[in-house]
Amino acid sequence: MTTMISVQNVAKTFTLHNQGGTSFAVLEGISLAVAAGECVVLHGQSGAGKSTFLKALYANYSVDAGAIVLRDGEQQVDITQAPPRRIIALRQQTLGYVSQFLRVIPRVPTLEVVMQPLLDLGVAREVCEAKARELLTRLNVPERLWQLAPSTFSGGEQQRVNIARGFIVDYPILLLDEPTASLDAKNRQVVVQLINEAKRRGAAVVGIFHDEDVREAVADRLVDIRLSK
Amino acid sequence: MSAQTAQWQDVAPLLQVRELSKFYAPGKGCGDIDFDLYPGEVLGIVGESGSGKSTLLNVLSARLAPDAGQVIYQSEQFGELDLYACDEAQRRVLMRSEWGIVHQHARDGLRMNVSAGANIGERLMAVGERHYGNIRERAQAWLEAVEIDSSRIDDRPSQFSGGMQQRLQIARNLVTHPQLIFMDEPTGGLDVSVQAKLLDMLRGLVAELGLSVIIVTHDLAVARLLAHRLMVMRRGQVVESGLTDQVLDDPQHPYTQLLVSSILQN
Repeated sequence: MTTMISVQNVAKTFTLHNQGGTSFAVLEGISLAVAAGECVVLHGQSGAGKSTFLKALYANYSVDAGAIVLRDGEQQVDITQAPPRRIIALRQQTLGYVSQFLRVIPRVPTLEVVMQPLLDLGVAREVCEAKARELLTRLNVPERLWQLAPSTFSGGEQQRVNIARGFIVDYPILLLDEPTASLDAKNRQVVVQLINEAKRRGAAVVGIFHDEDVREAVADRLVDIRLSK
Repeated sequence: MSAQTAQWQDVAPLLQVRELSKFYAPGKGCGDIDFDLYPGEVLGIVGESGSGKSTLLNVLSARLAPDAGQVIYQSEQFGELDLYACDEAQRRVLMRSEWGIVHQHARDGLRMNVSAGANIGERLMAVGERHYGNIRERAQAWLEAVEIDSSRIDDRPSQFSGGMQQRLQIARNLVTHPQLIFMDEPTGGLDVSVQAKLLDMLRGLVAELGLSVIIVTHDLAVARLLAHRLMVMRRGQVVESGLTDQVLDDPQHPYTQLLVSSILQN
């Protein structure tokens, strides 16, 4: 089995300098390995640091100690040490992240928002557009919305646009932070299918899911993230 | 895919900045600046007014001599150049060909009393283009690229709105295919709706042309949208730097935490 993600003894403490220098340890001594084709679901009570850990895997948060080594083709990259341009290259082709919120770019139509990550890889526009249409259709985003900017869409619609954008590139590593949070059962099922398809093509998936049905349908393994004291 | 991943580390930096300092008075200016800028990278310099951002931009773009330190630029025409040890003439050539400077106030970067077409054409002529038809054709194409109706080619910038002037300034800079663009608060002073349009256009052009950009802004939303990485300045020093979303979402320095937490959420 190819190891895609290898986390060794990661620790993270937040220090709020402007609030009396309060600091609290969120992650302590976390180690984890995730293989290609495997889906690991992070488990733990609210505030335990699941989301913080997922953000550290995306290099969105820094860590204070430990290593996070991701496989990028033939290379191994420790994202806690890599320069910004290395992380950006990694995110373009290897490392995908879907949160429950869409960061809207003003003026840009939905179809473009969804296509963008694949276009950035130099893939032909027709190919990107066909894949974007397919994903939006599967996620039940009505076609009349595709040419509009998603800023005025409902929370659920924005979230589905975000999922389409997150799945347009076949990332070898996929991080999912409650992508099904405000979706109905029908659309949750579509997301489950997308995740299982990603696993079948060999993606390593790490996710946080509050819905038990989703968790059961995709997880190979649950990993406890405990609140550190 | 692996060819692309290998590529990223083989490239030489476009700009190497070493121990650069320029102070007007203690705490006024910038000091101990060290960084490399790679081709295709967009570096945001953020911080409050008076933090030394604009001074740094002026020193980097060969418009203000530093007290100490070096700026080494990889020129297409001259090879490796130490900006403040080279010929004044070489610096002037860079400024009108390989570099672009987008000023906060378009009137500082445009000639207000000649036509839009002439504003763009002037830079082409400065790099040796002489054929009137070619110049006009390319000016027209660039007006369209920045979403200005090409029928306005003979109008003066003074007849344009603020947003159009700013877009014209960008077209004037990009027409010579520069590899490095310096921007000083490019969206400052524009209405929010006009800002969004300009930002979206800039984002597209930067990605499409593979430009390297150093952008000074106090607007963290602008920085998030355009910059790959950030340097946070305070009292002339860089207090924090790194990947844009890491600096903004997980700021480490007290000053960065203050800056980020001061943004109104919507």
